[in-house]
Amino acid sequence: MSDKLSNDVAITDRKKRPFEKLFYSVIYLLSGCVLALVIYFIAIILIRGLPALSLSFLTSAPNPIQQTIGIFPSIVNTLYIIFFTLLCCIPIGVGGAIYLNEYAKNKRLVSAIEFATETLSGVPSILYGVFGYVVFCLLFGFKVSLIAGILTLTIMVLPIMIRTTQEALKSVPVSYREGALGMGATKWYMVRTILLPSSLKGILTGIILSIGRMVSESAALLLTAGGSAMYMPKGSLWDQLSSSGSTLSVELYRYAYSRGDNETAFGIAAVLILIVILLNLLTRFIAGRLNTQ
Amino acid sequence: MNEVETQNKVKIHTKNLDLFYGDVHALKDVNLDIQSHNVTALIGPSGCGKSTYLKTLNRMNDTIDGVKITGDVFLDNENVYGKGVDVTILRKKVGMVFQSPNPFPMSIYDNITYGPRMHGVKKRIELDEIVEKSLKGAAIWDEVKDRMKKSALSLSGGQQQRLCIARALATQPDVLLMDEPTSALDPISTTKIEELIAELKKNYSIVIVTHNMQQAARISDDTAFFLLGELIENHKTETIFSSPQDKRTEDYITGRFG
Repeated sequence: MSDKLSNDVAITDRKKRPFEKLFYSVIYLLSGCVLALVIYFIAIILIRGLPALSLSFLTSAPNPIQQTIGIFPSIVNTLYIIFFTLLCCIPIGVGGAIYLNEYAKNKRLVSAIEFATETLSGVPSILYGVFGYVVFCLLFGFKVSLIAGILTLTIMVLPIMIRTTQEALKSVPVSYREGALGMGATKWYMVRTILLPSSLKGILTGIILSIGRMVSESAALLLTAGGSAMYMPKGSLWDQLSSSGSTLSVELYRYAYSRGDNETAFGIAAVLILIVILLNLLTRFIAGRLNTQ
Repeated sequence: MNEVETQNKVKIHTKNLDLFYGDVHALKDVNLDIQSHNVTALIGPSGCGKSTYLKTLNRMNDTIDGVKITGDVFLDNENVYGKGVDVTILRKKVGMVFQSPNPFPMSIYDNITYGPRMHGVKKRIELDEIVEKSLKGAAIWDEVKDRMKKSALSLSGGQQQRLCIARALATQPDVLLMDEPTSALDPISTTKIEELIAELKKNYSIVIVTHNMQQAARISDDTAFFLLGELIENHKTETIFSSPQDKRTEDYITGRFG
């Protein structure tokens, strides 16, 4: 027997385990780095961005004659794109995931579709942009417009919605399904009353990730929805959606890259970050309300 | 049909039932009658087909891919595997309690009203009445009456299982299928559920799968012994345990295998 295993030692006799200590220090150091990076990142944007914000900056359109800059049209475009893209992709994504997980019988077809969605989620967004331009702008005749952008983004975030919803559905225990079916629930009733409420959190994660992807998207939208937002929104909702317009990210790219106007770019960045934070809180709030009902 | 009608105490009549999981022949020509207002215990070693048989009675095997069933199961003279059977109605009549407690992640009240609501009961007064009756029926009313809005998952394992029994009672079934309902529970909870089963058989016909031979002897009126997908013998429980007809039954209940 090795004396390493001897019991002839008091349990208060603490051993020195240098690797354990080193391991902890490295872990703490790394988590500290991550935290510091995030804080630094947000802080630098807010510190440099917030001074650029003013009421007229937020509520007006750019005016080349008076040389003033306003981002109201882009804010509206961004919100339109987020809202309508979610409106399209939540039902399709959640419905598709329910089909794949609960209804589809053909295992090979399911894994083929899953492989396809995984591949799609790794495709660079500029390819979605080209596809959207050719199909939605030209073939479907939507021209370069918010609608074309919305449809393009719908396809782009669909894999995220499907994957996260599928993961959420998979994590619902089989015993819940058995319990419901055993009482005579039809499949759809079981999905509606047990599976969807139980996977709400996962679906919510999908929505938040999707919003993040939409807000950060520039390449795909530049090609499909347009590269500038010069005018205040006017006309009916349909008129607005069928005209071209840039979102905040596209605007940011334009100011920072083509014009070298970093102050405006940081201002837009600050607005973007605030919008993302607000939307995440709102999504959580809505899901919380749904959960308690 | 005549054969069935003459035995008016028979609740479920199984005739030449075969079941295949793909190539596996899991039930071989099972013929078994379940008496009304009795407790029928299904015993046998793991993999003998007793749970599979239980699930043919409310067609829970339908949800598994690759299952093929031939033969007939009659519930009150109606063929469970006949044409035009609505499994929703079948499973309302034939309720089920599973091996491990599976309350839904919702309140105690909502767990009990899940079935009734599904079958269209909407009035609050009726639902309240069903909840009280079902929880009393499952001997758990006193423990939960003051916390109806609490999550069912906050209950202990034994309480959860009685809640699941109450949930099954809430749709007012005729038959209650129980698939090893106490195997995940401690002895005290097990005793409570056994007492409950004795009480429930006044109003329901109960079929229970159990691994525990003492339990079968304690609570059942009839016992059926399954081995390798075959029904070896079925009799009054006293008969099975005192003078089994088949050598294999005797070997099993005396603990020589299984």
